[in-house]
Amino acid sequence: MRTAVPLLLLTLATAGLFGQEGSAELIGKSKEFDGRSVEFVGEAIGESMRRGDHVWLNLLDSGGAIGVWANRADLPAIRYFGSSAARGDTLWVRGIFHRSCPEHGGDLDIHAAALEVVTPGELKRETLHAGRMALAAGLLLSAAVAFFLWRARQKGRERV
Amino acid sequence: MLAKPRLRDLKLICSYTGKVLIGVGLLMALPLLTALAFREWAAFVDFLVGLGAALLAGCALAWLGVGEGRPSWIHGMVTAGISWLAAMGVAAVPYWLSGHYLSYLDCMFDVMSGLTTTGLTLIQDLDHVSVSLNTWRHLLTFVGGQGIIVLALAFLSSAAGGGYPLYVGEAKDEKLFPSVLHTAKTIWKISLVYLAVGTVALWVAGMAIGISPLRALLHGLWVYMAAWSTGGFAPMSQNILYYHSLGYECVTLLFFVTGSFNFALHHAVWSGERREVFRNIETVSFAGSLTALTVIACWGLMKLGVYPGAVALFRKGFYQLISGHTTTGFMTLYARQLVLEWGDVALLAMILAMLLGGSACSTAGGFKALRVGIIWKALQQETRRLLKPSSAVFAQRFHYLGSRILGEAQVRSAALVVLMYIAIFALATLVGSLCGYPLLESAFEAASVSGNVGLSVGVTAASMPAVMKATYIFNMWAGRLEFMAVLATIGFIAAAVRRRGVQ
Repeated sequence: MRTAVPLLLLTLATAGLFGQEGSAELIGKSKEFDGRSVEFVGEAIGESMRRGDHVWLNLLDSGGAIGVWANRADLPAIRYFGSSAARGDTLWVRGIFHRSCPEHGGDLDIHAAALEVVTPGELKRETLHAGRMALAAGLLLSAAVAFFLWRARQKGRERV
Repeated sequence: MLAKPRLRDLKLICSYTGKVLIGVGLLMALPLLTALAFREWAAFVDFLVGLGAALLAGCALAWLGVGEGRPSWIHGMVTAGISWLAAMGVAAVPYWLSGHYLSYLDCMFDVMSGLTTTGLTLIQDLDHVSVSLNTWRHLLTFVGGQGIIVLALAFLSSAAGGGYPLYVGEAKDEKLFPSVLHTAKTIWKISLVYLAVGTVALWVAGMAIGISPLRALLHGLWVYMAAWSTGGFAPMSQNILYYHSLGYECVTLLFFVTGSFNFALHHAVWSGERREVFRNIETVSFAGSLTALTVIACWGLMKLGVYPGAVALFRKGFYQLISGHTTTGFMTLYARQLVLEWGDVALLAMILAMLLGGSACSTAGGFKALRVGIIWKALQQETRRLLKPSSAVFAQRFHYLGSRILGEAQVRSAALVVLMYIAIFALATLVGSLCGYPLLESAFEAASVSGNVGLSVGVTAASMPAVMKATYIFNMWAGRLEFMAVLATIGFIAAAVRRRGVQ
């Protein structure tokens, strides 16, 4: 959520520079783009999954994530993948778009011909809220009091 | 009409609801420890707040209800109904504090979706969610599949006395043993054994497709929890498509189909009664409807030439269909592809599959194969009755953990529940249509929420109107509890309000 707005702005800015398609457009007009060369820019998320001499990458833009099938030899050095701890490197890919890839069991994917890191990712900084820590302490203390009151009342009833 | 609730009734309901909330609070210890292990300090504090809120609310309610004896049927039903709503309220606290939701209503929607094993989500930026929050999401769906009352009965042993009405209130009427406590513990034992096996299987499958060992383990655990509970949550926004692997899809398929079977069937098989799998009315009914709907969906997809070959047809067509039929909701394609590419015939087959659902007394939702089988047998009986002389007497038999004679009460009960499902399906379809969504899309999403499925054509989003979110929450709740507890809760509240207060 906190990274969504800068990511959206970054994607829109990069889209303007490269004139590429967004994921929502690719999914929404998949028949139109099927078998055509497309350009796509997105944040690398999760991790790259090695399959022989190829890898699967998943690139995320504001409309969703799309799988990219790439030759390992063509893969640029990716320092960060998007996760809770980091904003992933933003990659530009040019390749053939498949609405239902015959090689990959009908997946909607892009077979990369060229890949580039256009914006490096970065580690995120965690913010600790003092107010939340105080709230947690207050709630836990109150819960402990409520627990002892409950047990005391229960024991009192059992004696009666 | 229900009698006027007395103070004792309210105290009893408070007592058991409090214990369920304490159970929900104690469950937060798992994501709390996960946050500690992964040094997610902000999430750690969020879970401390959630834990404190749940324990405070639970202990306060338990204090209010001290010493009020055993629950009757109505107490069990109302407690089950109210406990699920109260659990939704407190379990949503860490969601809200995470900053991944636009409103508290969205947080409660996701908790209800998780607990009822539906799997629809309104979360923002799922791909950047913390490890601990993902653990909480999947833990909720795993626990919800078994039942939060079953959990409270199994682990808060003081709740066991007279606990059967509570157990039934959660739509689990199958007693594996005479003791409900023993039954609840057996259900958890079955689930935890499968949890270990399933996590290891998906861990190995994950590493085999190129995922690093730690991430493969986490994904294996989360995806297993969602598969077994027929939940449909996944740690990545692409759901199962993220993995791009036939092998991984097959392992998930194996576990969500297993999870959709009746706990009594699991227990029978574990006790050596393996033939039960092939004779049980539920497995026979499920196999029959799955075959028929697969033929219809594949015919629809092939007619439109949606997929290039048999493998694609299996991975996209059959996987989505069986995911819908078992009410899991795992997806290997994008939501909008269903609307834009699948065509009306395949979508209608999907809607039917989602409504029919899995087995009774399992983690699955929908009408349930047992009820479908009973109604089918009743139809057969009526047809035979028409064809035979009026003086002929005959009994219709079916096999369900032994040979049984079909009774009128069983048929009436099955038909009533199916009718209620159709009513909430119609309600959600109507609300969707009134909010401006196309009829087929509204019907698809309505079938998904009513059957606790989780497949979507893209209607479910944070941007949808609040009235739709509230309707979907109601449908998920009512569908999961199979109406008895919901009707009792509504009746109880109406009786209390109508008589203006409590004696």
